[in-house]
Amino acid sequence: MAKLTLDQIAVPLRTFQLELSLEVGSTVALVGPSGAGKSTVLNTIAGLVKPAAGSIRCDEETWFDAERGVFVRPEDRRVGLVFQDYALFPHLTVRQNVEYARRHHADEYLDRFQIRHLQDARPGSLSGGERQRVALARALARDPAILLLDEPLAALDAHTKVDVRAELQQLLAGLEIPTLLVTHDFEDAAALADEVGVIVEGRLRQTGTPADLVAQPADPFVASFTGANLLHGEWCATGVGTTGIRLDDGTLVSTTDDGDGAIVLAVYPWDVTISTTRPDDSAMNVVAGAITAITELGNRARVTVGPLTAEITVDSLRRLGLRPGQQVYASFKATGTRVVASRPTEG
Amino acid sequence: MRRALGFGLFVAVAVVTLAFLALPIVGIFVHTSPGNVLHQFSNPVVKDAFVVSLKTSLLAQAAILLFGTPTAYLLATRRFPGHSLAVTLVELPLVLPPAVAGVGLLAALGRFGLLGSSLSALGITLPFTQTAVTIAVAYVASPLYIRQAIATFEATDPHLTAASRTLGAGPVRTFFRVVLPLARGGLIAGLALSFARGLGEFGATIMFAGSLQKVTQTLPLAIYQEFAVNFDASLAMGAVLVLISAVLLLTLRIALSWRSSPSTRSPSLFGLSSSS
Repeated sequence: MAKLTLDQIAVPLRTFQLELSLEVGSTVALVGPSGAGKSTVLNTIAGLVKPAAGSIRCDEETWFDAERGVFVRPEDRRVGLVFQDYALFPHLTVRQNVEYARRHHADEYLDRFQIRHLQDARPGSLSGGERQRVALARALARDPAILLLDEPLAALDAHTKVDVRAELQQLLAGLEIPTLLVTHDFEDAAALADEVGVIVEGRLRQTGTPADLVAQPADPFVASFTGANLLHGEWCATGVGTTGIRLDDGTLVSTTDDGDGAIVLAVYPWDVTISTTRPDDSAMNVVAGAITAITELGNRARVTVGPLTAEITVDSLRRLGLRPGQQVYASFKATGTRVVASRPTEG
Repeated sequence: MRRALGFGLFVAVAVVTLAFLALPIVGIFVHTSPGNVLHQFSNPVVKDAFVVSLKTSLLAQAAILLFGTPTAYLLATRRFPGHSLAVTLVELPLVLPPAVAGVGLLAALGRFGLLGSSLSALGITLPFTQTAVTIAVAYVASPLYIRQAIATFEATDPHLTAASRTLGAGPVRTFFRVVLPLARGGLIAGLALSFARGLGEFGATIMFAGSLQKVTQTLPLAIYQEFAVNFDASLAMGAVLVLISAVLLLTLRIALSWRSSPSTRSPSLFGLSSSS
């Protein structure tokens, strides 16, 4: 797989300067609040914005180098950029959109994204999910060396989002080029990317796997921004008003949400309780295991047990005398979980 | 009760306004008949004026389209030092009294004008030729097209041009495959306005090109010359101009309604919304 390298890029923005070094070799998500400079990162890589300093390389090709005065124009960069509003050409049909970059290659992508039946439609008549598929097909039909996604799920309503997120997850997993996506939603980032960078006011605060960021946030901002634990598993049973899921490590949990097939479940750290004895209360889900990490942030502490991280007060941490390696029970209620991606198994 | 009275007042005022605007048109069509219009076309003055008007207008509009479109695109998409000055220059003929435009054209391109000696050296004399009519029309009518074109280009979604670039199309291909097709309606509307304005050109033309039948005498100039001697001819030419103007306005309405696609914000009709 190719690798994209941003080396000490600097882009002056209205109120701050974007300063960034980043390597993209698989699927990486930049997550941060609105106005953090996330879209600028993508535009810079695509060549739509020219940085003041630094360099951008894609494998052996140099796309930008401030010192050597190199600037490759956007049309020569082999970048697939999917805009937040998809930016489909309204005067062209779906097929003409997909064919825009390279003629005679549309069929493969129309089939792959299941939009062949829409090929003669204009973008104006498509639904949000369909537009996204067309935008992805158009970007990939260009045969890019890297895929850039700007807020891929922001334009969709909450209901469509769960399905499209799962669709996108599967697509990215099968893609043979590195992908950089930006989003303001940590769950989107965690569900789609192998590695997540938290960006605030143009600087990277922390990078790591989604689980790392939840378990060991570098500062309170990252802690507040990272949000939920994402648990991956498979549907295994449907009970009375609940859905049973077998997590990848074998633990059985249940949720009040619907789901089928491969499921990603979100649980917020502050909804997880830690106890030293098996709890006997209304919480349906209990994960038993040894504490693998404890991170203190002011008056709060993050305690990781197996796939779960709990946020508890430092008071409770002291009172229970928790320490790494100790056997504990992490519990959470089925009502405190949300299915964020669900993909029915084929056939 | 008071509300009904207030509304009645609005209606009354509107009726007066519309009547005032319609009156001259009605006047023309009451005093002339389709038969008279056709009959007047055998009058050489009318026929020649019609041909001169049509020929010079078409040439002038072609030049406006060819030179105005790239200029408008540049002014709409690039910011550079002197941008406001350039836009002012484009808009100036719109507010300049046509007589001033005529004097200016003479002072610039006349025999003793700014470029007069260079043109003479090349064997070119402009004043009082048909080319002079075309130049006067182009000068006076161009702002209407260029302003509308700037507003239309400014309303084109920048994400679409960016998308085109990342899909491997250079700026020129992007212009022809994305920008131009999306701007089509707005540009046609601008051209219709500019055409209508050019057809009615009087002041600059009479000063820079004179009023020679068959050479530089356009319909408005012929109307002015004929109205004392042959009022029927003036009325017939007036009717023709009213009809052409009405058709152009209709074209403009239709063209503007085409352009309302979801990814282009609608610019105002006369480009008045364009800042700077």
